[in-house]
Amino acid sequence: MSITIEQRRQHRLMTIEKSLATRHRKEKRFRRLGLTAVMTGMILVAILFASILMRGVPAFWQATFFMELYFDPEVIQLEEKPERASGESQSDFNQRLSAWQTQAGLVNWQVLIDRALEDKLSEDLEPSQLRDLRALLASNERFTLRNKFMDDPSLLGQTIEVKMLASANVDVWLKGNIDRDLADARQQLSAQTRAWADHLYDEGIIRNAFSTALFLNTDSRSSPASAGLAGAFMGSLFMMMIVIALSVPLGVASAVYLEEFAPRNRLTDIIEININNLAAVPSIVFGLLGASIFIGYLGLPLSAPLVGGLVLTLMTLPTIIIATRASLRSIPPSIRQAALGIGASKVQTVFHHVLPIALPGILTGSILGVAQALGETAPLLLIGMNAFVANVPSTPFEQSAALPVQIYLWQGNELRNFFEARTSAAIIVLLALMLSLNALAIWLRKKFETRW
Amino acid sequence: MTNLALIATLLMIMALAYHMGLTRSRAVAAEHDVRMHSRPGYYGALVALWCGLPALALFLLWSFLAPQLIEMLVTHQLPADMVAGMSDRELVTFLRRVTALANERSVSGGGTPEELAAAVHMARLQTFENLSLVALMAVFAVTGLVVARRNISPQWRARNQVERVITIALAASSGVAIFTTVGIVLSMLGETLKFFTFISPAEFFLGTTWNPRFSTSGTDAQGEFGLLPLLWGTMMVSAIALLVAIPVGLMTAIYMAEYAPPWLRNVAKPIIEILAGIPTIVYGFFALIVIGPFLSNIGDLIGINIRTTSALTAGLVMGIMIIPFVSSLSDDIITQVPKSLRDGALGLGATKSETIRQVVLPAALPGIVGAFLLAASRAIGETMIVVLAAGNNPVLHANPFEAVSTITVTIVNQLTGDMDFASPQSLVAFALGLTLFVITLGLNVIALIVVRKYRQQYE
Repeated sequence: MSITIEQRRQHRLMTIEKSLATRHRKEKRFRRLGLTAVMTGMILVAILFASILMRGVPAFWQATFFMELYFDPEVIQLEEKPERASGESQSDFNQRLSAWQTQAGLVNWQVLIDRALEDKLSEDLEPSQLRDLRALLASNERFTLRNKFMDDPSLLGQTIEVKMLASANVDVWLKGNIDRDLADARQQLSAQTRAWADHLYDEGIIRNAFSTALFLNTDSRSSPASAGLAGAFMGSLFMMMIVIALSVPLGVASAVYLEEFAPRNRLTDIIEININNLAAVPSIVFGLLGASIFIGYLGLPLSAPLVGGLVLTLMTLPTIIIATRASLRSIPPSIRQAALGIGASKVQTVFHHVLPIALPGILTGSILGVAQALGETAPLLLIGMNAFVANVPSTPFEQSAALPVQIYLWQGNELRNFFEARTSAAIIVLLALMLSLNALAIWLRKKFETRW
Repeated sequence: MTNLALIATLLMIMALAYHMGLTRSRAVAAEHDVRMHSRPGYYGALVALWCGLPALALFLLWSFLAPQLIEMLVTHQLPADMVAGMSDRELVTFLRRVTALANERSVSGGGTPEELAAAVHMARLQTFENLSLVALMAVFAVTGLVVARRNISPQWRARNQVERVITIALAASSGVAIFTTVGIVLSMLGETLKFFTFISPAEFFLGTTWNPRFSTSGTDAQGEFGLLPLLWGTMMVSAIALLVAIPVGLMTAIYMAEYAPPWLRNVAKPIIEILAGIPTIVYGFFALIVIGPFLSNIGDLIGINIRTTSALTAGLVMGIMIIPFVSSLSDDIITQVPKSLRDGALGLGATKSETIRQVVLPAALPGIVGAFLLAASRAIGETMIVVLAAGNNPVLHANPFEAVSTITVTIVNQLTGDMDFASPQSLVAFALGLTLFVITLGLNVIALIVVRKYRQQYE
């Protein structure tokens, strides 16, 4: 039996068509795989942000007491706040003032709070129940009250409405972040306190109010509800100031040298490879460098933003150098030749013509470098910035926390239910800062984009 | 006068010098009725430099040498038998306490009579030293100013000299990068050598147990410092991370470079690159509260025991972190493959995916491998994710669902808390750091060479 040419042709066509179909299916599959990968990336971003936001946003609102409080003269037995008499020296006055402040510290402010609460609950309490009662409020609210009074002693004998933070456990309970059906023994609060908290919440005395403490207070161990980010924020700010002040000029200067002035020889080649490598050195190695040189050898203070800033500067330098070089390289030689042609010197060419045009690119690179430094944690742990610091630093030489390290410290806090939300809130603050820096960089790039 | 005030004053004098040079050069020009060699600003700048630089150099030299000189003088003045009776270390402690006392800081125990006497002596020396520094700086600054101002003449090539100073300053800044590297290597090398006086290198590099007992320096119980469990943990976590990041990152790059319509590219690229900008502590927290429990629940469903903090958790999240790194590097490399190669393949009738798989990817392979190596070095050096999510269990085992420990985690653990730089327990951090540095450096160098070599092919 012979196959005609026509049949053979037919057969070939069918084979091709079949294989073509397979190949097209493969093509489609490959394409879909690519799209899946892209979508996976985007979905991961979405999940990350959604989970952080979901946990963190509620922490910006905190259970807060709004109630009247009577500044009872019988409890607050204090002399008049001293005024500076004419002719009195400053040190004498300070002495009198601090004596008065010590006295104010001895007043039992807690009693005022207890009474106000008793009043709201319309109950007369046994002394044994006071413990349960005091569990309602953040424990340092009595100091807030004291400070309020010391600022304005005319409150004596008055009844004013005050705003006080509920304790962390009450906050967790009211937000439902803890299983309400847990057995009594496993609850952080006693049954009585829980009942009171619910009652006061229904009455509207406890409300969810925007948590200013998160932004105005520093970290606190004794009273978790009032722990805030102010100290860490200032610490990070100081470090960023140091990073900007040192790494931007140094980085731009070395990039300008390498790109515009340096001869092409062995040495500059080594410098170039070296910078590329430094950019990829793990950040923790910079922490080791800081620990051994800045702290061990130069004896700079532990936990100080100064040391953190220096370490982050060294880390950021390569990023800025690389970005600046790329920006300088993208400027066409014609600009330089034109400047040189009308008699400018090499230095004038660079500083009057090349740098101004490269500025947007340099700024973008610098901002991104600084943003990266802002989020860096590991090297800071090695230079002792994970120490607990309870005050806002006023100079870069004082002990301080930093935003990412604060996150690290909070995530390990044993009051899990409360601090998981707090940590997420701190992360939101950090991410907001980073994203705005990134947005600034993108905006700058868009605004000054030039095509040659 | 504090150093800060001193420098501020010097800067103000320099500003004044600039102005004097400026006006002087104009006056000279008018006087001789000629064209000066440089613009007036350059004369001003040069006078300011003459005024400021010598004084600044003096200041730096002085603040470096003076404290040592003073300590020497104070030691010299001490009773000879007292100095002879002290070891070097005691002397250092003594001098430190005296310095603290002389600067009116309190020391523990209040200070012995000898210390107080020495402190008084030191304080006197310090006052003298401060005053002489200020006086000398003033002399330097004024001399420089006067000499430079007098030198102003039409022939003086002010611009060239100012520019030379600028060039030198620029070159010096690029030296900082070198100094950083040298600093990293030297500082870690020194501490590592100290560590090896306690533990032999063989024990460190080949040991299979990691158990550094808590430091009570002086006792024999030093614990065991075997690197292998940590190295193994590091490799395991990094491998998992790369298993996540490489396929997703590479496919993303291919899709973005070859298929994606411009609008999708414009939207998706920045979104995915957000992943690269997120601080690693955030990933660590994310791993701890979202991914870890999620994996553990899945494990319960299918009957495997997965711990919440495990190599898998840390690796997965680290993989997410390096996706944009892989994708943007590969994207660059894929787009660099010349269009003619693609056109050739398409012209022969290959489908787009065939072109990519059989022409573009092989052509881009060296560069892509370089990108993978860079990603791997990043994974090995990553710290915060593993600190939070890997579980810190330095034991050799092959189960990715169990906790592990890595080099970076151990560095953090050994160096946080009470730091006694002399004990092997904290010195080991530097040995680990050096190991990490060498590993990542090796990977980076190979990656850079590969990427560079490849890039030159089409240029």
